[in-house]
Amino acid sequence: MKIAIASGKGGTGKTTVAVNLALSLENVQLFDCDVEEPNCHLFLGFDLEKVEDVNIPVPLVEKDKCDFCGKCSEFCQYHAIAVIPKDVLVFPALCHGCGGCTLVCPQEAISEENRSIGIIERNKDKTGGLVFYRGLLNIGEPMASPVIHALQKHIDENKAAIIDAPPGTACPVIASIGDMDYCILVTESTPFGFHDLKLAIDVVRILGIPFGVIINRSDIGDEKVEQYCLEEGIPVLMKIQNDRNIARLYSEGIPFVSRMPEWKERFVRMFEIIRSEINEEVMK
Amino acid sequence: MKQLTVISGKGGTGKTTITAAFASLAENAVIADCDVDAADMHLILKPEILETMEFTGLKVAEIDESLCIKCGICRDACRFGSISCEITIDPYGCEGCGVCEYVCPEGAIRMVERKAGEAYNSTTRFGPMAHARLGMGEEASGKLVSVVRENAKKLAERYGKDLIIIDGPPGTGCSVIASITGVDMVLVVTEPSLSGIHDLERVVDVAGYFKIPAAVCINKYDINEENSQRIESYCRDNGIEVVGKLPYDDTPTKAMIEEKTVIEYSDGEFASMVRSLWENVKDGLLQHAQKRDGELPVVQRQ
Repeated sequence: MKIAIASGKGGTGKTTVAVNLALSLENVQLFDCDVEEPNCHLFLGFDLEKVEDVNIPVPLVEKDKCDFCGKCSEFCQYHAIAVIPKDVLVFPALCHGCGGCTLVCPQEAISEENRSIGIIERNKDKTGGLVFYRGLLNIGEPMASPVIHALQKHIDENKAAIIDAPPGTACPVIASIGDMDYCILVTESTPFGFHDLKLAIDVVRILGIPFGVIINRSDIGDEKVEQYCLEEGIPVLMKIQNDRNIARLYSEGIPFVSRMPEWKERFVRMFEIIRSEINEEVMK
Repeated sequence: MKQLTVISGKGGTGKTTITAAFASLAENAVIADCDVDAADMHLILKPEILETMEFTGLKVAEIDESLCIKCGICRDACRFGSISCEITIDPYGCEGCGVCEYVCPEGAIRMVERKAGEAYNSTTRFGPMAHARLGMGEEASGKLVSVVRENAKKLAERYGKDLIIIDGPPGTGCSVIASITGVDMVLVVTEPSLSGIHDLERVVDVAGYFKIPAAVCINKYDINEENSQRIESYCRDNGIEVVGKLPYDDTPTKAMIEEKTVIEYSDGEFASMVRSLWENVKDGLLQHAQKRDGELPVVQRQ
């Protein structure tokens, strides 16, 4: 069972929900898929170890064999390879690693070499109940999706997995939530939160993923988010009021369920509701 | 012409609130909303759209079922795992490379254009604005950001504006890189949480990687003053100016509900702090632009 925590708008509390939910449950896995700015580890205090590099195969041109025909650069949709009169230029940062240039080269002058764009790490201590993995995109690298795909290969399908997704609605979000059984959309009761929630709802609806909403800082803005959920028949899974204590704990990297244990039960109850909804979906 | 991008690394630190306030304080600027997949600036600036431009991103593969013999060669060749066992294309996974079209022995696959969003040139009560809407799950957010920035430049030329203020996206990936390349300065809006600090350091490194000067604003500094001091000493150590510190305040939320900038909403203390932030940002921007133009010697910072 795979549950993603997503949001549209950044800073609404995805990581807070993902970490506190994971810490409230027994025997779960937590994956930080916000590989551009992963934050879960700050709340867990785990020692991490590198599991693997995430590589993209980029072209390596043997210039002795190349006759500068230009077929590779014509084929490349990403402008990652250019042929000038007597030279071939490769722009590795633009390459998606599709392998097209290698295929189309009539001289067989192009092979591939791996270029690391990020890493996957996990918690060193494997004796605890929580299995934690995260991806980290290298500084200056544009493409997050390959790191997210590599990270999700480590999901053990026999155990519940919680996925902390990146903000937005673009490709890294699809890479993170595309394969999920359920999606928790975290928002706040402000016009920005409401607007971006609607964008996120469009995404999960098109992907056909069942979802519910958590309203964080539910008392700082207006009632529009809650009204909307009611009208649309979208379950509001939890409301978290604006609490300076929670904000303070967050700022210090302390998961609030560790100081406010009553919340653990609320997260467990929410998880049970989600689990039964997923089971109902399966029955359908 | 000068360009400023407001970024944060972490989402929700107050980029758009601050950028919208700058829009109401800048006298001769074009506004560009480059957070194209979750754009919010229009909720405050209420742009009147003058021009809509269709944006086509990468192409997507399409299979002609009547020609497909289900040989699976395309599926094996696809590096993105976007062709299923039943030989159907996952349009959200497809990166438009064209390899499947190339390897198909039956000529059953073709690459088709797809509309990936819209870009807009608009007018607001504070001047011209370039913005966009990215289609859901699109690959080409960086490309659309570049379109918005190109449009902003043209608007600046058309209306004789000397500054472009860019609201950037969260993160460090393609749309952030596209939002900051070639600008005179980035303003990083952060907050005094461990997440805020972690994300600040990463995004400052990204700016450094592309050799763009950075300044920092600490929002909600009083949520955790100890962490705010950590941010200030980090900035000192890295030669980055802290151009403003804003307290936790409900003015931004109240202003947002009334669809106003914090400057329009009230003349209170919060607004005056944002005003002085803007003055400091303007000074920093001017200095960095002069360095760029060689009018001032570049001072090596420790």
